[in-house]
Amino acid sequence: MRTTEEASERRPAGDPFKSTAEPRAVRWTLIAVALLFLGLFLLLPLLAVFVYALGSGLGLYFDAIAEPEALAAIVLTLVTAAIAVPLNTIFGIAASWAIAKFNFVGRNILITLIDLPFTVSPVISGMIYIMLFGLHGWLGPWLAEHNISIIFALPGIVLATMFVTFPFVARELIPLMQAQGSEEEETSLLLGAGGWQTFWRITMPNIKWGLLYGVILCTARSVGEFGAVSVVSGHIRGRTTTMTLHVEILYNEYNFTASFAVASLLTLLALMTLIIKGFLEWRTHREKEM
Amino acid sequence: MSIEVKNISKTFGGFVALDDVSLNVATGELVALLGPSGSGKTTLLRIIAGLEIPDPGSGPILFHEENVAGQRVGERGVGFVFQHYALFRHMTVHENIAFGMRVQRPRTQRPSRDTIRRKVDELIKLVQLDGMARRFPNQLSGGQRQRVALARVLAIEPKVLLLDEPFGALDAKVRKELRRWLRRFHDDIKLTSVFVTHDQEEAMEVADRVVVMNEGQIVQVGTPDEIFHQPQSNFVMSFMGSVNIFRGYVEEGKAYIGPMEFDYPEYRDSERKLAHLFVRPYQLDIETEAGSGNSLKARVSRIHSGGGQVKVDLISQTGEPIYVEISHQCCSMLGLEKGGEVFVVPREMKIFLDDPAEQIPQAPEAELPAPVD
Repeated sequence: MRTTEEASERRPAGDPFKSTAEPRAVRWTLIAVALLFLGLFLLLPLLAVFVYALGSGLGLYFDAIAEPEALAAIVLTLVTAAIAVPLNTIFGIAASWAIAKFNFVGRNILITLIDLPFTVSPVISGMIYIMLFGLHGWLGPWLAEHNISIIFALPGIVLATMFVTFPFVARELIPLMQAQGSEEEETSLLLGAGGWQTFWRITMPNIKWGLLYGVILCTARSVGEFGAVSVVSGHIRGRTTTMTLHVEILYNEYNFTASFAVASLLTLLALMTLIIKGFLEWRTHREKEM
Repeated sequence: MSIEVKNISKTFGGFVALDDVSLNVATGELVALLGPSGSGKTTLLRIIAGLEIPDPGSGPILFHEENVAGQRVGERGVGFVFQHYALFRHMTVHENIAFGMRVQRPRTQRPSRDTIRRKVDELIKLVQLDGMARRFPNQLSGGQRQRVALARVLAIEPKVLLLDEPFGALDAKVRKELRRWLRRFHDDIKLTSVFVTHDQEEAMEVADRVVVMNEGQIVQVGTPDEIFHQPQSNFVMSFMGSVNIFRGYVEEGKAYIGPMEFDYPEYRDSERKLAHLFVRPYQLDIETEAGSGNSLKARVSRIHSGGGQVKVDLISQTGEPIYVEISHQCCSMLGLEKGGEVFVVPREMKIFLDDPAEQIPQAPEAELPAPVD
């Protein structure tokens, strides 16, 4: 039957594409459009970051990064991620376990709540904490009495970052665990294993790639967060500025080279995330094929 | 280890999965829970295993007189094999089988590494999977995976073996082979076993006793022979194999089905009551002439001669299909042809008074048919 090929151009012998594929002209047009889009909106800006950062020479580049306020910003970003990501991972695993393997009152509410940070603007996410812990917030007076600072300090930044990166691990694990079902866990229990044994020996190995993927996404987002942190941090240079905030400050002072230098670090991190992500996808694909 | 469950009920939301079910399994017996989807057989099996909890008010679950209803899943000493085997996908065959022994609690009672290794090797030999110890589940065929699942539960020396549609996920030929294998295996190890199936042929071939279930209740219990030849309800008869159903009525000790008349001493009332005649295809004979006994005139619509028996499809005078199975010899002697008119004679039959419309999808008729001349 050559009907699909009648209206289109002739295919050369050995064409690897199926007879249901688009004619070659359409194929190449679509690929060209996609590449153009990617190039304009993704590659060009990325290139620009490095061009501007290294434009004034490597010396100035390293100066900008080694500057004390910049270093403080880098440390703050890393510390925030080091706290937020593990906590969200533990929560993500617990929530996915409950949602995927059990039916309980409030299950649907929990699923909706997990998706909430995706729908809420990051600025609002930050404002929530101001309204809770700020000087004029609900718990403000109590906190002031006990000399605890949350807003304009590390705790606030960590909380805001946790809120925004909340869903990543859970959303990655829930469909994975649902697809895997509970039979392996039930079998483990039937064979006499306890709850923790079942979790570590059976559940964890089965979800490890999905978990890693969720953690990578969570980390990337935590490092790159701007809006929510901007609201709660107070922008105290050297104390409560994360890398993203620092880039903004430098840029507003017309210190372009320095700001792009710090931005390039964030870009490198983003690229590393993409590479690791690609590797993990390749691994899961390979495991599925086995 | 005998099993006895009393008055078990289980509801899921609004759906009644089990309705006051009681069952007895003797030590060393191999029992089949047989029924269509939704009959409650898997629910009952899972309740015995401890994977589901029966509704409050249900009776005890006794393993050799001891009520295990309060015991947790891992404490009952039950070996459960899932339909899709549920092998631990990231562990080798060896590790899968060793699992139960490795996680044994308390730690102090755990067998040594050498003991475990020896036992696993023994079991691998027992289920005839020699050489497969290092393979992963995704490198095994369906039948092999099933045997790993079996070895895995045997490793913990269960008192009772429960199998949920153990051959459901296999293709027909493998299924038949494994059936026979399981039966021989059970004869060797004599472990009290209960398995769930919706395949009546499987239940008949493998089980010592068959428990037929429908809509959350046990409909009949007996040996395969009893279930097949002495069905107590029309549901059991139709479920256990193909059957022809003819409508008629009973009155004063006789049953009138179409032009046929049978003695039916079980019903002596003068009030006419709806009745149905159930005949299996192989219980019908075909004659070229109307004899002196009961017969139904019919026209041959199709002859399937591929297979051990010849399957003849006919249409009765009232337009209903009749399915008959006869030997190749008979078929050639009769010289059957498509479109030919013949007489169908019921040799053995069962007459049921309960309304099959309740249990078998059929168009229910309200009025009783008048006698046909």
